[in-house]
Amino acid sequence: MIAIKAQELTYTYSVGTPFEKTAVDHINLEIEQGEFVGVIGHTGSGKSTLIQHFNGLLKPTSGKIYINGTDLWAEDTVRRAYRVKVGLVCQYPEFRLFEETVYKDIAFGPGNMGLSPAEIDQRVRQAAAAVGLKPKTLDSSPFELSGGQKRRVAIAGVLAMEPDILILDEPTAGLDPKGREQILSLIKAYHKQRRNTILLVSHSMEDIAKYAKKVLVLSKAGVVMYDDVANVFSRAKEIEKIGLSVPQITRVFELLRDQGYPVSDSIYTLEYAKQELLRMLEERGVPHA
Amino acid sequence: MLKDITIGQYFPGQSILHEMDPRMKIVLTTVYIIMLFAASNPLGLCVSIPFLVLAYGVSRIPAVMILRSLKPVLPIIIFTSLLNMFFIDGQVLWQLGFLKITLQGLTTAIVMSIRILFLIAGTSLLTYTTSPIALTDGIERLFSPLKRLKLPVHELAMMMTIALRFIPTLVEETDKIMSAQKARGADMESGGLTRRAKALIPILIPLFVSAFRRADELALAMECRCYRGGEGRTRMKQLKIHSRDIFCAIFVGVCFAAVIAINLWAPVVLTMR
Amino acid sequence: MEDIITAREITFGYPKENNQIQLVLRGVSLTIQEGEFVAILGHNGSGKSTIAKHMNAILVPNEGTMTVCGIDTKDEEKLYDIRRQVGMVFQNPDNQIVATIVEEDVAFGPENMGVEPSRIRELVDQSLEDVGMSEYKHHAPHQLSGGQKQRVAIAGIIAMRPRCIVLDEPTAMLDPKGRREVMRTIQRLNRENSITIVLITHYMEEAAKAGRVVVMDDGQILYDDTPKHVFSHVRELKEVGLDVPQATELCYELRQAGYDLPEDILTEEECAQALCHLLERGKAV
Repeated sequence: MIAIKAQELTYTYSVGTPFEKTAVDHINLEIEQGEFVGVIGHTGSGKSTLIQHFNGLLKPTSGKIYINGTDLWAEDTVRRAYRVKVGLVCQYPEFRLFEETVYKDIAFGPGNMGLSPAEIDQRVRQAAAAVGLKPKTLDSSPFELSGGQKRRVAIAGVLAMEPDILILDEPTAGLDPKGREQILSLIKAYHKQRRNTILLVSHSMEDIAKYAKKVLVLSKAGVVMYDDVANVFSRAKEIEKIGLSVPQITRVFELLRDQGYPVSDSIYTLEYAKQELLRMLEERGVPHA
Repeated sequence: MLKDITIGQYFPGQSILHEMDPRMKIVLTTVYIIMLFAASNPLGLCVSIPFLVLAYGVSRIPAVMILRSLKPVLPIIIFTSLLNMFFIDGQVLWQLGFLKITLQGLTTAIVMSIRILFLIAGTSLLTYTTSPIALTDGIERLFSPLKRLKLPVHELAMMMTIALRFIPTLVEETDKIMSAQKARGADMESGGLTRRAKALIPILIPLFVSAFRRADELALAMECRCYRGGEGRTRMKQLKIHSRDIFCAIFVGVCFAAVIAINLWAPVVLTMR
Repeated sequence: MEDIITAREITFGYPKENNQIQLVLRGVSLTIQEGEFVAILGHNGSGKSTIAKHMNAILVPNEGTMTVCGIDTKDEEKLYDIRRQVGMVFQNPDNQIVATIVEEDVAFGPENMGVEPSRIRELVDQSLEDVGMSEYKHHAPHQLSGGQKQRVAIAGIIAMRPRCIVLDEPTAMLDPKGRREVMRTIQRLNRENSITIVLITHYMEEAAKAGRVVVMDDGQILYDDTPKHVFSHVRELKEVGLDVPQATELCYELRQAGYDLPEDILTEEECAQALCHLLERGKAV
């Protein structure tokens, strides 16, 4: 099934003023249900604008957007229902917390969906567990927590809505390596368990390579590539041309290839790299130290 | 919607009006306001037309901007016009039941509307051509004699500068918070007054928290840049009265004189009430 | 070389509810010399930002002494002498820009110091030139990108002609482009203007550009050495929640598998070169 479909999607800011700018330009895209997609593109490439169309926050200037086959803008009643089917975790989501307790904050989304109190309670506890929050944290104020914990609460607030599609806009921005790793692993685990569609926007190519299955590359308001991670990173030169980078390990192998070594062009994680090199060293009979 | 607010929006440029001394601009704007209210004769108000045309022409502020600054005051203008039109006694022009429009009411309505429109158009010019910091600087220096009366003139000016600096930042922040809460299913468009007021809580609390955090960090950053109030502070930009300021002052003076002259000698027919 | 910052056995903590003290720094000793480029690495809560805040007397130690430019930071009379010489750049560029026009913001520091107006003009122009932001001097801060705002913030500090700049995670909120801009600016200021740089970060790639890396964990200094030496401790760094460049980690893994590779690989070029060497050895056999 196709989870997200964009057809000739175009969005122009401030139409009719001197500041007019087309941020998304005739984008055609189909994302399958259950994919884990990494979204890359530098600031101003249109990625933020594009993802805001997926849950109906922005109305396309022209073109259509379908979620699970339904045209989001065909009827007004459809949209609010879909806004909760597509969960968006915005940048620095911890700055949007507002309730007295962590529990109430996580319950905000499910509450807006008009669920029964029992259902809400169950969802809050499940979501909190999914992001690794201890049950006793639920009663504390979200403002007393550390930065990393606040971020988990904010993510739980979206998970509790049990969206079919989960979009995370730079969920690790500003966190240290450990915090980054923890957030991404829990997202990965959540994906594995629920098999829902996940879109992960990130500037870290290493993280995209490690966690995503497919990569969507955006540049200048358009889609440049949408393919498997290996295929995307094997086009390193094209990616670097539009001002983005590839994982450092991919660049190492690019250099080795330039030197004439017959190494694979689709190395993008440390693990692959290690195996590939061990195989080659073995083949050539390089002596151990 | 939020981005339409133009108050405090400065349009950088190099015109005479931009380069003028902010103190002079503030004084002249005040004179202009007095002039509008001193003009008891519609003909006197017309003096503002060449004044505004010339000022906007010289400053190269696009005409669209005048319209944009007028938009928020339109409801006020319409409301006061209606009041004036229907409730001022005089020669009846049109009557339906207890509703009547009088000649005097109509002229007052028109004159008042024009007056407010000119007022906004003229005063917006001050904020369009003067950077907020120059504006507060001008205010600070104009009022600096009041420091002797222990009035915290510098502190007030600094507060204004910072407020102006953070308006765009906080507007952007509000937009982001609204999107985020909408994405969590918050409904801000429907329901009665209490429901709508309640729907604001998820927006206002994060906004306040963020504003306080910003204030805290800014205060620290300012201290690290050796800020310790107005004492011993110098300014990069020195204010000096140039010939262009004198020239503009003379121009406004002439306009003001014209208004007074019209008040005194224009045909009585045209005067109001 | 003159010592610009000297910490002697400093301890610092925040009071907790039950009259106890939550220790953030546990006896840190550190000396930074004029002209150095030092990166301080550590995960959140390791004490790296706290030590930075001691460097221009935002915080003062509970125990031990902190000397900055020859002045004890506990001497409140000389607070502004310290701040004039050691500038501080913070994480969020939005929250440190005071004025509504770039050049007027850069002028803020010198104005506070009571510098002559004509001299302020020179300082402002020169500082904007140094960070490559001259063409934006009449812009409003909110029209700039994150990286540009951060460069304006740096210009605002160097306009005070400090001897040292402490940057507290200046790139944490920026995109890769902004991060590169800021890093290039910092490196140039260190090289060409001989300003001492203390960079607090958790990005290894950035720390690798420094001349010296100090790794902090749990309020103590774990390593204090050149980047190459520090990054050779791959396992230990990972244990304290830090990350090493992939090139370094790859060589580490291969070394663990018994191959002979240097310990000080940081960049992809060095890594590729070392691997070529290694592979060649096989052919020769």
